Amino acid sequence: MTTKTHLELTGVDIDFPTPSGPFKALKNVNLKIDQGEFVSLIGHSGCGKSTVLNIVAGLYQATKGGVLLDGREVNQPGPERAVVFQNHSLLPWLTAYQNVELAVKQVFKNSKSKAEMKEWIEHNMHLVHMDHAMHKRPDEISGGMKQRVGIARALAMEPTVMLMDEPFGALDALTRAHLQDSLMEIQADLNNTVIMITHDVDEAVLLSDRIVMMTNGPAATVGEILDIKLERPRHRLELADDPEYNRYRAAVLSFLYEKQRKPGEVPTEPVTAEEIPEQINHEPESTPLLADEQAA
Amino acid sequence: MSSIALKLLKPLGLPEKFNLAQLIKSLVVPMSGMLVFLFIWNIGAQNIHTSLGEFPGPAQVYEESKNLIAEHNRERQKEVAFYERLDIRNAKKLAANPDAVIKTRPYTGKPTFIDQIGTSLVTVLAGFFAASLIAIPAGIVIGLNKTLYSAFNPVIQLFKPVSPLAWLPLVTMVVSAVYVSDDPMFAKSFVTSLITVSLCCLWPTLLNTAVGVSTISADLNNVSKVLRLAWLTHVMKIVIPSAIPMIFTGLRLSLGIAWMVLIAAEMLAQNPGLGKFVWDEFQNGSSSSLGRIMVAVLVIGLIGFVLDRVMLALQKKVSWDKSVELR
Ligand SMILES: Nc1ncnc2c1ncn2[C@@H]1O[C@H](COP(=O)(O)OP(=O)(O)OP(=O)(O)O)[C@@H](O)[C@H]1O
Ligand SMILES: [Mg+2]
Repeated sequence: MTTKTHLELTGVDIDFPTPSGPFKALKNVNLKIDQGEFVSLIGHSGCGKSTVLNIVAGLYQATKGGVLLDGREVNQPGPERAVVFQNHSLLPWLTAYQNVELAVKQVFKNSKSKAEMKEWIEHNMHLVHMDHAMHKRPDEISGGMKQRVGIARALAMEPTVMLMDEPFGALDALTRAHLQDSLMEIQADLNNTVIMITHDVDEAVLLSDRIVMMTNGPAATVGEILDIKLERPRHRLELADDPEYNRYRAAVLSFLYEKQRKPGEVPTEPVTAEEIPEQINHEPESTPLLADEQAA
Repeated sequence: MSSIALKLLKPLGLPEKFNLAQLIKSLVVPMSGMLVFLFIWNIGAQNIHTSLGEFPGPAQVYEESKNLIAEHNRERQKEVAFYERLDIRNAKKLAANPDAVIKTRPYTGKPTFIDQIGTSLVTVLAGFFAASLIAIPAGIVIGLNKTLYSAFNPVIQLFKPVSPLAWLPLVTMVVSAVYVSDDPMFAKSFVTSLITVSLCCLWPTLLNTAVGVSTISADLNNVSKVLRLAWLTHVMKIVIPSAIPMIFTGLRLSLGIAWMVLIAAEMLAQNPGLGKFVWDEFQNGSSSSLGRIMVAVLVIGLIGFVLDRVMLALQKKVSWDKSVELR
């Protein structure tokens, strides 16, 4: 993994105009991300994670401060910062293949021949294990499959940065685990820079090189950054009782549930990490079914 | 049930496979509705007495429809005979003098009921196409731009409810003044009807297209932005497909309006077509007039129905949103 500052957010503020005056969603967000790094953004709902991602994508403009990608200022969206949207955002009238094709045609219109494009689309479909259903339309495939096509579309743009907004949020635990593994493999191969938003502590620890924890809004900012120094490749089953892994989890949980208690929540006695997993741990970590799913 | 029968029934919205219960539901029930209607019509007709005699019942209307077809066939035979005579005369002339100037006069018989149907159909389709050609692009442009939308919305809302009868005198005068040529490609009456129809049926397509285009999901717009699609590609690949269901809703409404407007316009302006047929029969006031008008009424309804079904079939073909049941 090379290390040179690749993506840089400096002093980012954003004000949204609202009927009752401007609403400061983010205040002084600073973040440096290296090439090939996998960074997760975690924080309570409504704190401004999507807003950060949209600013990096160029879909929102920072009111103050800005984003540099490889030394150049980001001020409009572009395919080198591909986005995997929270709700997949596939065009419903196109097949999975055609959805990816739209992106590929746009990005490689001058550099790939028709045959090369076809091969490239099929290659990306294969990466997300969608070969068998690539000519189906979004309403004919499951939620997990749609999300995979969304990822294939983003990958096919050969982005320098992949921006993923809760890519697995709406999926069941098994599909989610399966896609997390695929994503780890793909990222190990391609060495993309990834920024991923998640609500799932296990997902964040399992996938990330760093976890960026955001404070509650309004005027949210980066609270703490946690370096995850677990060996790669990582295997969820082995990690389940790795003390290091559990220490990272506990750190994130304590940030979220002690330091950044959600506003309005009734303060009770300080919660310890051990008490929480029942509520937020979405995955039964040692389900035998998991092995079946991965084999399938 | 044979497969041919099934194919014929499909456009009526009947399911392909059906058991007895479905058969009863989809065939017997509508049939009984029809029979009840005919019965009430029959009884009602016998009790309505007009200055032109009894109101025509189903039987009389059936007779009149046969008469109208027979009249049409007679007229066609006369036409054929006319041209044969003309050919013979010309051949004789040529035989006597090879340099003779040949005169060909077109046959000028009275247009029959069937001819009027043809005229009306051509006019309504031409008017509808002209309107769609304007309304869809205009709707896209207006729908994409909030400022344009708020600028034009009042104008659209103002003209939308205007009746064809109000437009007609204006259109007639303008066409007479503007459409002057020694050898016009289209008859003035055709142009007048066409413009009136277009002016009235423009609005549903325009509004539905604009709404369809402006309500395209923000996510799809973001996809387009991330891909940096050029404006035209954005319109062709994202905007139009996502607005297609709404565009077709508008087109169907427009075609329905176009057909209604046309009949009214033809009646008022004495432009050839079914409307004129009805008006002429009304002026004629013979004992068979009411029956003939009733035939026209039924044919107008039937054509309107068929036009709508054709649009529905088209809409189903192009619509990607299979989750909505179109009917
Ligand atoms: N376009 C906008 N106009 C006004 N306010 C906005 C806009 N987008 C976001 N906000 C506000 O900014 C804050 C952060 O929103 P954001 O969508 O970034 O939260 P989030 O962290 O992604 O939440 P979640 O985890 O629920 O997706 C919220 O209070 C939201 O109401
Ligand atoms: Mg969000």
